[in-house]
Parts: sequence; structure tokens; C-alpha cells
Amino acid sequence: MARTQVSVVVTGLGASTPVGGDVASTWDSLLAGRSGARSLTQDWVEEYDMPVRFGAPAAVDPSEALPRVQARRLDRSAQFAVVAAREAWADAGYEGNASDAGLDPDRVGVVCASGIGGLHTLLGNYDLLKEHGPRKVSPLAIPMLMPNSPAANVSLELQARAGAHAPVSACSSSAEAIAYGLDMIRSGRADIVVAGGSEAVILPLPIAAFANMMAMSKRNDEPERASRPFDRDRDGFVLGEGGALFVLESAEHAKARGARVYAELAGAGMSADAHHIAQSEPGGTGVIAATRKALVDADLSTDEVAHVNCHATSTPVGDAAESVALHKVFGDGVTTIPVTAPKSMIGHLLGGAGAVEAMTTVLSLHHGLIPPTINVDNLDEEIDLDVVRDAPRKLDDARPAALNNAFGFGGHNVVLAFRRQ
Amino acid sequence: MANTEEIRSGLADIVNEITGVPADDVQLEKSFTDDLDIDSLSMIEVVVAAEEKFGVKIPEDEVKNLATVGDAVSYIEKGQA
Repeated sequence: MARTQVSVVVTGLGASTPVGGDVASTWDSLLAGRSGARSLTQDWVEEYDMPVRFGAPAAVDPSEALPRVQARRLDRSAQFAVVAAREAWADAGYEGNASDAGLDPDRVGVVCASGIGGLHTLLGNYDLLKEHGPRKVSPLAIPMLMPNSPAANVSLELQARAGAHAPVSACSSSAEAIAYGLDMIRSGRADIVVAGGSEAVILPLPIAAFANMMAMSKRNDEPERASRPFDRDRDGFVLGEGGALFVLESAEHAKARGARVYAELAGAGMSADAHHIAQSEPGGTGVIAATRKALVDADLSTDEVAHVNCHATSTPVGDAAESVALHKVFGDGVTTIPVTAPKSMIGHLLGGAGAVEAMTTVLSLHHGLIPPTINVDNLDEEIDLDVVRDAPRKLDDARPAALNNAFGFGGHNVVLAFRRQ
Repeated sequence: MANTEEIRSGLADIVNEITGVPADDVQLEKSFTDDLDIDSLSMIEVVVAAEEKFGVKIPEDEVKNLATVGDAVSYIEKGQA
């Protein structure tokens, strides 16, 4: 297929994750196979006798990375977004806001997603209402808890005026945000888009709800061993928090200023299962469709794909369905494509997962290394994939592309395709 | 019962906590909006915190009349009397 589209590249990355407060420390931890999961020490764990008593909290408290007054006006989810946006912006070589950096603010956009929104703020203010009455509810509660708050705050921070958007699709939200950013640049709405997302819901209500869905691991006595995508004994996901943001830029704009380029964001594919509100479609039909759309959009053939960074959350049904889908798209060649599952170390960042794992995919292309999947003691015999285990694996130089999968409750499927530069 | 300076000083601490404005800048003649750049949402937060700290009621209708720090201090003084 002839390509007439504007090429879009990744020029900046920022992150705050359970294994590192920035991109460099996160990447080092992932290569080293370090888990961010640990026992939770909050009072409510004992108070409510929680069925799940561990998670993967952020390695660095985002409120400590921000001025005090700014931090108190931001929900924790938006704190992650602002911290990651600052890092990504500086990493791309920009200083100050858009105007300070010599850019036209009307050509700079933001797409920053959260799956659930400002739950710390919502639940905290509901407690204030119940205990002290309506007068004690913060006048900032709504602007802090609305799911577009991270996007709005990043746009404020950078004075970005081309549009600030917050696509919501559960655990694929921030991958969808990156796909939306790609569209913004291709369609000519912006030259630069800061795109990604974050999540912060390590709280008793969502943990109880996810546990009651039987979606979470209950391996309370071994938190670091609980997230085990593709392992025979996986029993659900581990809840993480944090996020990542990308600076996306038209290749032309990046070239003109001599920017360092991590990779090309070559394409995106999206689909909806229309199967069940929370369960994966076992045949992987929607995932197959999204993957094929991403390959067509990126003008890639299946044999050009060197690596797939899987969504694999460590649930019994989801991981198997992803494997089925990969087999149907890539055929017998699938066993020559090394795959990995970062959730084995960082847990599931829900709305932040897509962006953090897309970042991992980009870094794999940039550095030529695939981080391992930890805790795969016995590869599930239903999973016939080349899972990178134990140690990082060198990426095949001959194949130029890598895919990142992100799927969400509701049947949302997003596949991003990156090409080496 | 707190005197004028004690109320100003207490209010200054609240303003600093909520908005980051240095407490020393919160002087009686200063306007909350024009001098201290405090928006209406932060002003409500300041008022609710002041009600708790000084044990007074400041009705919402009254907040718009509190243009300066001095206005707020006087209102709190009267409320405590």
C-alpha cells in the first residue's frame, strides 16, 4: 500500500512506575527483572481484612516530585501525568512551556488518558462528606476527579493549545491516547503531541471490586511472584499505579530541529470485541482485527515484526486468548517472534499500562534489547510463544518493527506499531 | 479570643498552605484577588479552613465582600466577639 501519510516519530519519553521514578530507572529495573510488587501497608488492608493485600505502588511518590501547592491541587493520577510530561518534554529537548520553547502553542496538543479518573479525590471527598458534611467537600473536587484532569493539567503545564483530549477505554486508554496523538499529527491538527496516560487506584474499593471479579491474584504470601503472565499457575493480575507520556512529533518537525528520535510510531489498529463487558473473547477475533489494522496502517508485513510486547495481565483466559490471536495473525512464524510481558514486574497500571508498555517497546527498538518476563516457572502448554525469560534478549536487527498490545474491559483492543529509526 | 494580629497571622498560614503565597505577603491592605492572585476556588478553601481554625461561620454570600485580608480579619474578629 502506498504511504502518503505524514510520518510521526517519538522524540521524548517520561514515566513514573512501580519499578522507577523515571524512564532510566524503570528501564534498568525491567532489564534486571526486578518486581515492583510488595505487601501494602495502608491501614485499610487490616481494617477491612482485604482479600488482596499487595500491589505494585509507584517507586517514587509523585507528590514528592512536585511543588507542594501544585501537588495538593492534583489528584494522584494527574500528579503522575504531570511528572511524566515534564520528563518527556525535557527529554525531547524542550524547556519551559510551548512558547518558551519557541513553539506555536496552537500546534502543540495533549492526549492524556486515565481508565478510571481521580478516584483518590472522589473517595476522599466522599469520606469528608459523610464525616463532616457538605461544607468540607473541596471546591476543587470536580476539577481534580474528572477523568480529563490529567490531560487538562498537562495542557496547562505546557500551555499546549491544539487540543487536550482524554480517551477512556479502561486498560487500553493510554495506548488509545497514543493512537489519537498519531491521528492528530497525521490530520494536520498539531506538529507535536504529548500523549500517554496514568492511573492511581490502589485503594480498597477498586481492589475489592477487582477481587470480586476474580480478576486479581490472591498470592498474598508471595507478592513478587504473583504476576506471572503465561505461567501455568497464573491466577490474576497485580494492581499497579503510575504512567508514561510520549512526545510525538511529525518526522519533518523533528528533523528540522535535529531531534533525537527513539522510533517511528508507524501505525495503530483498534477494534471492539462486542463480546462481553469484561471477559476476553477466547478466539481473539477483535485482537486479530486490531493487529492486522495496525500492520496495514504501518505498511508492515508480518515477517518484519521482530517483537511483540504483550498485554498479558496474568489472567488465565486473557493470556491464552492473546496467544491464540498472535498465532492466527503470524501463523507458524509466531514462534520466531520473541514476546514479553512487563506486567510480570510492574503489575497492571490499568489506564497507564498501554503507555508504559509502549514506552518499553520503543526502548526495546532503540536499545536493541527485550526485557524478560519474570515468574514464568512453567510455561503454560497452551501458550506456544517464544517468551523472553530470565534475562534480556537481543532484538533481531534484520526485522525493523515491534508491536505493543493493550486491551481493556469493555472489549477495547489497541495495537501500536513502532519502526526502528 | 484572638487579637487582630493573631488572626492575620493565622489566616496568613492558611493562605500559604493552600496557595503557596508567602505568609509575610498576607498583610491587611492586600486584596485577595488583585494582590495575592487567589482564585475563587482557593478562596472557598481558605474560608472553610478559617471557619474551622477560628470557630466562626462565614456564609457564602459574605465571601464576595471580603476583598482584602483586612476585611476577612475584621469579619472573623466580629464573629468571635
